[in-house]
Amino acid sequence: MNSSVVDPAQRSGRFAAFHIDLPLLLGLLALLGFGLVILYSATGQSEAMMKAQVIRLGVALAVMAGVAQLSPQTIRRWAVALFSIGLLMLIAVLLFGYVGKGAQRWLDLGFMKFQPSEIMKLAVPMAVAWFIASHNLPPRLGHLFVGFMMCAVPTLLIAKQPDLGTSLLIAMSGVFVLFMAGMSWRLISFIAVLVSAFAPVMWYFLMHDYQRQRVLTFLNPETDPLGSGYHIIQSKIAIGSGGVDGKGWLQGTQSQLEFLPERHTDFIFSVLSEEFGLIGVILLLAIYLFIIGRGLVIASKAQDNFSKLVAASFTLTFFVYVFVNIGMVSGLLPVVGVPLPLVSYGGTSMVTLMAAFGVLMSVSTHKRMLANV
Amino acid sequence: MLKKRVAMQDIAAETRLFNSRAVVAMLIVCFAFSVILLNMYNLQVRSYQDYQIRSEGNRIKVLPLAPNRGLISDRNGILLAENRPVFSLELVPEQIDDIDVTLSSLAELIEISSEQQQDFLQQVRQQRRFNSIALKERLNEQEVAIISVNLHRFPGVTVEARLSRHYPFGDLFTHALGYIGKINTNDLQRLEEQGVLANYAASREIGKLGLERYYEEQLHGTMGFQEVEVNNRGRVIRVLRSVPARSGKNIRLSLDVGLQLTAQQTLNQSRGAIVAMDPRDGAVLAFYSNPSYDPNLFVHGISSSAYNALLHSPDRPLINRATQGIYPPASTIKPHLALLGLETNTVQPGTKVWDPGYFTLPNSDHRFRDWKRGGHGWVDVYSAVVQSCDIYFYDLGIKLGIDRISDYMRQFGFGERTGIDIHEEASANMPSRGWKRARFNQPWYPGDTVPLSIGQSFWTATPLQLAVSTAVIINKGMMPTPHMAAELSSADSIEPVEPGLRPVVTVSDERNWDIVAEAMVQTVATLKGTAHTAFKNTEYSSGGKTGTAQVVAIAQDAKYDADALDERQRDNAMYIGFAPAENPTVVFAVVVENTGGGGSIGAPAGRQLLDYYFSAGVNTNE
Repeated sequence: MNSSVVDPAQRSGRFAAFHIDLPLLLGLLALLGFGLVILYSATGQSEAMMKAQVIRLGVALAVMAGVAQLSPQTIRRWAVALFSIGLLMLIAVLLFGYVGKGAQRWLDLGFMKFQPSEIMKLAVPMAVAWFIASHNLPPRLGHLFVGFMMCAVPTLLIAKQPDLGTSLLIAMSGVFVLFMAGMSWRLISFIAVLVSAFAPVMWYFLMHDYQRQRVLTFLNPETDPLGSGYHIIQSKIAIGSGGVDGKGWLQGTQSQLEFLPERHTDFIFSVLSEEFGLIGVILLLAIYLFIIGRGLVIASKAQDNFSKLVAASFTLTFFVYVFVNIGMVSGLLPVVGVPLPLVSYGGTSMVTLMAAFGVLMSVSTHKRMLANV
Repeated sequence: MLKKRVAMQDIAAETRLFNSRAVVAMLIVCFAFSVILLNMYNLQVRSYQDYQIRSEGNRIKVLPLAPNRGLISDRNGILLAENRPVFSLELVPEQIDDIDVTLSSLAELIEISSEQQQDFLQQVRQQRRFNSIALKERLNEQEVAIISVNLHRFPGVTVEARLSRHYPFGDLFTHALGYIGKINTNDLQRLEEQGVLANYAASREIGKLGLERYYEEQLHGTMGFQEVEVNNRGRVIRVLRSVPARSGKNIRLSLDVGLQLTAQQTLNQSRGAIVAMDPRDGAVLAFYSNPSYDPNLFVHGISSSAYNALLHSPDRPLINRATQGIYPPASTIKPHLALLGLETNTVQPGTKVWDPGYFTLPNSDHRFRDWKRGGHGWVDVYSAVVQSCDIYFYDLGIKLGIDRISDYMRQFGFGERTGIDIHEEASANMPSRGWKRARFNQPWYPGDTVPLSIGQSFWTATPLQLAVSTAVIINKGMMPTPHMAAELSSADSIEPVEPGLRPVVTVSDERNWDIVAEAMVQTVATLKGTAHTAFKNTEYSSGGKTGTAQVVAIAQDAKYDADALDERQRDNAMYIGFAPAENPTVVFAVVVENTGGGGSIGAPAGRQLLDYYFSAGVNTNE
């Protein structure tokens, strides 16, 4: 853990000059590379889709590199502004938003359609971190309350779109900041109890029918094998039939014959499991674990509390994405429509994630200059 | 205030706090990943077999392949039941840009009714896009040609051929061949009971009647299958394994098309039946029941109006008169009774009986008449058969008694099914004391025996039984089991049908057989013989026996009108025969309903049959 501190200049000096954290970059490239291999199979060897994904990766990497050039101080200064703009956009989306797939998530800016919730994935933890870091740690109860409110408002706005999955993830990213800032365990237990008490309220008053159905299906997919349980059953068959060493690349019958739904997006992990088996799963988890570990290391080495909190929150949110997606396709969690980060086919979320990694790189590389002063 | 707080900031404590939280976070992450891994272990290692099987079950489907039904030919290999391609116009929706345009273009080429179009569009909505859907079935040759030359204009449109049963001779062989028809619930139940239902997974039709039904197991063949890989929508991606269907066995019959045609022409407009058989092995050479009907009607499902017309026709075409026609045998059984008389020493060859033209029982003044007014005078066993003297047989019958007659005639096969290779067969009736008691709860009277002695009253027989009983006389007691199938052949083997000759009648004096056979030859050869006129100037020798039965027709339909009733009260003309006189190769029986005498109608029909038989050399060259 100490090696990167002891000798950062020699090993990653050249990258540090470009504000790139080499271990994180390697981890990300390994993940993206592995992801492309799986995606080629999951898209049914579609060259067009591969091309689109590679272009998106290029854009996302460029965004990451660009964000990495900003110093944490600059990012901190922008946090509140970004949060405010995001909030306004969320309100705008509810008023004039574009309805797609039954939910009002998109804002048509004329030249492009845009999902403001993507901004909030970054802005909420940044703004909460900004607020908490401007006081001593651990935060006092009053500050925590303000922090929670900063999470709650955008969460409710997004939940109303309705996009429960994203809203919960955004709430979580803010709560991670509070947790890392040292919120007392007593309070954490209290909130846990409160949330469990809130669950029935959510079930009866806030959740839509399709969301309830997802939960019911999750609890017992076999009751509805041709309806909504179909996805999860087929996914488990794909994973289970992969065995230890898998059926081989491009050889997964569940994937290639399309028994697996959404195989190139939400269920891409099942493709991996089927074709590469438990060995492939372990490899992927190892890469994820490395990236998460590196993210937490960067956070703990950061020099100011804002950087620490933001870096840790982004890292843990990334972990939650991984866990929710894998849990969902393997039957541990209900199907909520969260892509496997940086592997699933698709655009905006990838750019957002890479921007977050850009922030991590900024935190990782800018601090040394300060330290050397 | 801000300043104060900053001043109070304890950087070391804050770092410790944050780092401890980071460690907790990392532990949570590791725990979560362990949960994932444990779940993966459960799925991929512990439940691997289970999911492996389900995965295979998903992708592999077994498609049954119907076997081709065996062909049926006559003794010379002329096809009597064949499989013909029928063509249907089919479309694959996913390969067609605009179905409406394609439909209207096709409708300009050949006639496609709006009903067919509606049905098709309905199917398009219900079925998968990649399935081929029939627009018009059973195209005629012209339509096939028109579509074929224009096929390049219509991607996604095909002319599909599938095999369908066809009987090229129409009504000529119906009562022998039977027909096949769509498998119905009764058939399914029967197949299930026989444990062969699985073999019919791809079959649409099954033998319903006649040989098609009797030899169903052999004709059907063995289903094949294709193991295919399918995707989630059931589209076949590739064939993994294919086991071809094994065609059913081809059956060559002993029937002869020419002899069959002769039988049909002989019966012409009359109701009746003709059966001809080789007495040496039971091979049936002709098997015709008139009127007949076209079995092709049944293959694609007969319309109810057409079926009702057949069912309610007063001529009863659906009844197989050769094996289900129940006729009083009349005088055709006199040779059999003569043999019994000789065998039991009731009469000797030289015994003469005075025929005054009538017969009375002791203590009775009821006169049983001879067919010939004034009688035949003195008759012996030869002249009694040759001239068909009734009085001789009344006398003989009374002396023999019902018990001996019944037992002995049963040995000739009367009252028993012959066991021919179709299921449509009646046993007819050989009466006995027990039978009359059971049937009418009455004792047997001597007055019952008198008409029985000339094959009237309760005694009935089918034309096939008559032919078989004739064969027993020719074979000196050996009865052949009649069969129409001569051999069953598959790609790698030919199995002939076993003749099945068995001894049924034993005699104490072998010469008695010769006496009876000689009497039958004289019936044809001598001037007084009842069949002499009919067989004048033949180039071959033969033997036979005429019969004239006074009966109502087998159609006991109360509804027919007076004119028809009159016609149906006329005599049935009967004739049984064999040829050549020495070492016969053919025996036959003719029944012509309600036309007249055995000598004037029956025997000439027999002659027509034999004329063809010898001129064509049906089975004489073997």
